[in-house]
Amino acid sequence: MSFFSRIGQAAKGALLLDFIGAFGMGLRYMAAPKKTIMYPFEKGPLSPRFRGEHALRRYASGEERCIACKLCEAICPAQAITIEAEPRADGSRRTTRYDIDMTKCIYCGLCQEACPVDAIVEGPNFEFAVETREELFYDKDRLLANGDRWEREIAKNLELDAAYR
Amino acid sequence: MDLTAIAFHLLAAILLGAALLVVTVRNPVHSVLFLILSFFTGAGLFVLLGAEFLAMLLVVVYVGAVAVLFLFVVMMLDVDFVSLRFGFARYLPIGLVVSGLLLIEMILISGAVAARGAVSVVKNSLVSGVSNTEQIGRVLYTDYIYFFQSAGLVLLVAMIGAIVLTLRHKPGVKRQNIADQTARDRKSGLRVVKVNIGEGVSE
Amino acid sequence: MDFWTTPVGWTLLTLGQILLVTVVLLLSVAFQIYGDRKIFAGVQMRKGPNVVGPFGLLQSFADLGKFLVKELIIPAGADRAVFLLAPLISVVLALGSWAVMPFAPGWVVANINVGVLYLFAFSSMGVYGIIMGGWASNSKYAFLGSLRSAAQMVSYEVSIGLIVITAILLSGSMSLQQIVVSQGGGFWNWNMFGGGLKNLPLMVVMIPMTVIFFISGLAETNRPPFDLPEAESELVAGYAVEYGSTPYLLFYLSEMSNILLMSMLLAVLFLGGWQAPFPTPFTASWPPTLVSLFAFFWLFIKTVAVFFANAMVRSVVPRYRYDQLMRLGWKIFLPTSLVAVAAVAGWRVFTSV
Repeated sequence: MSFFSRIGQAAKGALLLDFIGAFGMGLRYMAAPKKTIMYPFEKGPLSPRFRGEHALRRYASGEERCIACKLCEAICPAQAITIEAEPRADGSRRTTRYDIDMTKCIYCGLCQEACPVDAIVEGPNFEFAVETREELFYDKDRLLANGDRWEREIAKNLELDAAYR
Repeated sequence: MDLTAIAFHLLAAILLGAALLVVTVRNPVHSVLFLILSFFTGAGLFVLLGAEFLAMLLVVVYVGAVAVLFLFVVMMLDVDFVSLRFGFARYLPIGLVVSGLLLIEMILISGAVAARGAVSVVKNSLVSGVSNTEQIGRVLYTDYIYFFQSAGLVLLVAMIGAIVLTLRHKPGVKRQNIADQTARDRKSGLRVVKVNIGEGVSE
Repeated sequence: MDFWTTPVGWTLLTLGQILLVTVVLLLSVAFQIYGDRKIFAGVQMRKGPNVVGPFGLLQSFADLGKFLVKELIIPAGADRAVFLLAPLISVVLALGSWAVMPFAPGWVVANINVGVLYLFAFSSMGVYGIIMGGWASNSKYAFLGSLRSAAQMVSYEVSIGLIVITAILLSGSMSLQQIVVSQGGGFWNWNMFGGGLKNLPLMVVMIPMTVIFFISGLAETNRPPFDLPEAESELVAGYAVEYGSTPYLLFYLSEMSNILLMSMLLAVLFLGGWQAPFPTPFTASWPPTLVSLFAFFWLFIKTVAVFFANAMVRSVVPRYRYDQLMRLGWKIFLPTSLVAVAAVAGWRVFTSV
């Protein structure tokens, strides 16, 4: 650190050159277009891989996809999924109970990775705030209803992402 | 009774009450706060006397600076009330004697002042049409210049003494040099090194 | 006209003036907070408050309503009386300081001849609201925050005092109204430029003093980059951490009002207050009310300009470290302003002889 550069540094500090530069930059940024998204009215883009609220899907015939293999229950790191299964009247293996505790879920997406029939998926919906804790204990009806409601978006996302699987 | 008299009695009552509470209140922080209140009402009394410069200085110096330090110290200290009250009865007579002497002195002084009519003397010595700031300045920098300057010197010596007592430069302590820190740029702060496999970098 | 000179009329008149100043001040603080947030947002390429009212102009009033209806919580182990007294002291001192502020010729609640000292006394007492609040909260964060704040305010008051002395020396009075009057007749008469053409060389001293006053004002009002008392990453919210609801509102109000006061004080002491930046002989034939409004307009412009700089500093400058803050105050500003006082006093003595 030479003597003259010290003097230069002191002069620069005393003349507030850094601050004036920052002031100018602040003014330029103020004039720049805003990045704000007016959230409830405007929404940002979502990736097809976005992992939001869970849903149980059906085939086009209306038959539910889930075959009660319990792979999702086994892989769930938070142990949020509970499944009970029995043969149905027509002899096919189906779940009688499919519960997800959304307060435990960590949205890791392992259940949809594990599912052999693409039955349980995490859909694009992230706006499912509720007022009580109990409402977050999802049962099979709720999950199937979610699947019916979001089927179009889910199918599109699966299709978009299929090339990378 | 005009407005000034009402204000005087109100301020005087608050001043006396606060001063009494300073010594009687149990919590030392509260007692410092009451001390501040009494300083403040004292300043109010100065304003009533027409000495607004002194009033403001009292507030700035005593309330704004000195009492803040009092408050700091009292808040930081862990005061033990049991040991504080320990020798109360034993020291009570000495305390009573001292405060009695002070009381007598104050009565004598105020009696003398009242007898000689000090207020009128002060009023007469005031030059009309000049603010009391200017009057204090005139007296302070002419008649009392040597006392004023030596008071300043005494304070300076006290300040230097405090610094000398507390300033220690231990050897081997790493210190920050802010000028150096802010003067760092890419050239002095960054070095690009070509590292051969298995060799590492040595300083 | 007679009624206003009787004691009753005088009291009513003064109360009316106080009420007027307070109401206008509170409204300005509301829009000041809005402007502050908008500027802060603008630099960060955000939109800032824009939902309540047109362009979000009523945001501060929505916040006020929210603060008022919130629950008042007093922490366990807190010193109740002191805890509730602290924000009151803060806000009373912050509003009381405005009594001596000259808004226009004749527009001042109390034109006392030690106005500068009065302001100085009030700002030095402002420390107590903060110390008492921090101590009474019975919380370590709050206490540390209040200690920092008090140390900072006491330190920077010293340099502010010395800088103010230079302005007093140039104007030859401690009455703020008189200081403004002495700077009339064009911007070259402002104290920032030495106060008059014959003092123009003092510009070398007075422009840096203006800047130092501005920076000390930032430190005095705990404004970024000197907002260490409420440094989020270290102290959560500093002395106000245990406060919520109306007491917090009072703290916030006093803080913002003090920032506005500092901006206006800079305008009054160095930028000519309500004086226009050019000679105004054409106002001689105007009605007095119009002249006052014209003068107030200039004070308003100057205050807003200073506050804009203040808000920009908040958005572009990173926070200081506490030792750097103390170094800046005691080792740089204090000696500089001492030299400046000596220089200005010397110049005054040698040019007046």
